[in-house]
Amino acid sequence: MKNRISVTVNGQQRAAEVEPRTLLVHFLRDSLRLTGTHVGCDTTSCGACTVLLDGQAVKSCTVLAVQADGHAVTTIEGVATDGKLHPVQEAFWNEHGLQCGFCTPGMIMASIALLDRLPRPTDDQIRSGLEGNLCRCTGYENIVKAVRVASGQTATP
Amino acid sequence: MIPAAFDYAAPTSLEEAISLLQQHGDEAKLLAGGHSLLPLMKLRLAVPSFVVDLGRIPDLAYIREDGNRIAIGAMTTHDALQSSQLLQQRVPLIAQAAGMVGDMQVRNRGTIGGSIAHADPASDLPAVVTALKGEIVARGPNGTRTIPAEDFFQDIWTSVLEPEEVVTEIRVPAADNALQTYEKFRQRSADWAIVGVAVDITRQNGAVSQASVVLTNVGPTPMRATGVEEALQGRPATAETIAAVAARADEGLEPSGELKASREYKLHLTRVLTRRALEAVLLR
Repeated sequence: MKNRISVTVNGQQRAAEVEPRTLLVHFLRDSLRLTGTHVGCDTTSCGACTVLLDGQAVKSCTVLAVQADGHAVTTIEGVATDGKLHPVQEAFWNEHGLQCGFCTPGMIMASIALLDRLPRPTDDQIRSGLEGNLCRCTGYENIVKAVRVASGQTATP
Repeated sequence: MIPAAFDYAAPTSLEEAISLLQQHGDEAKLLAGGHSLLPLMKLRLAVPSFVVDLGRIPDLAYIREDGNRIAIGAMTTHDALQSSQLLQQRVPLIAQAAGMVGDMQVRNRGTIGGSIAHADPASDLPAVVTALKGEIVARGPNGTRTIPAEDFFQDIWTSVLEPEEVVTEIRVPAADNALQTYEKFRQRSADWAIVGVAVDITRQNGAVSQASVVLTNVGPTPMRATGVEEALQGRPATAETIAAVAARADEGLEPSGELKASREYKLHLTRVLTRRALEAVLLR
């Protein structure tokens, strides 16, 4: 049995036939070829697959594509506008908020959701807000710094 | 990891959902936020042939005052519980504990109804709702029934819910100046509790007039620390009383050891966390 779904992805209406068991992350990566969203642990732990579902950060390895039917999804490919990086992307770049880069798309999506709720977070709020995102390079210091800079605060508290 | 194939329906009314459950019986599973069910399905520990998604049924996510109780719709997310001003003021235990579930992304999807129905002894909200002496509202083919949380949890992942019943609402008493807190110990952030302690206490004229203390992950269901509750009754809350009372928190418990924590360690944590929880509400 396949289900027809229609999801607004990065502002564009995208329709597809999916099996009910298709995970949102596989719909994005395999059906839409949006491979910026990464599969890390595949067990709802690491956050590499974080996307925004109706503006809220979710782990797309733990959402069925059929659950997103009729909803809006934003992936890392959708955050820059007119070739200009999103302020969070810009800050990760400038503050070296990445090493190998594997966790970065998820880190950035989670950071965008965090700043949407807390426009000027404290370091503690940044760290607890990002506790669902793991960086195996352990580059957390610069990630926190990047989020701080993206929120208009100085690089050091 | 991909779940085994299943058929899927997203009904738009509770009646329709219940009728699907009647048709498919034990083969069907209800999907709420999916943060307990989908991981189990990906590991093929759960292999339902039919999934009924509750996400398209309107009006199942709400938090409202209903006399001296707060009614919480089953599809209310942990994030909504955590950020509800009504809960923060009148049932702080739920708001606080919900904020300690998983991480931001998990709290955006996971729901109170799903957590209660899943009946995982390591989940936080079953102990919290039991400590609050809350009620679970379930609807089935024969109508609605209200089950005290105390009677709801039967065993690991097992509740008194019938296969064709849906949890629709959680009701908890509202309290002004409630002395409530949740202590949770975990090895890594976003983990399940190794041990958790939910406390709800009423104090009159300096002495404890009512105490409810319920533990997470030290038995097959939320475990009530009856010894602690009785020992606190009528006592003035001093540091000495609390230390003596908390030492009894592990009475009668037989938790199973697990990878991260031996039986002895869990009993130790139970005593320590109970003392911390009681100190937090009674000595502040």
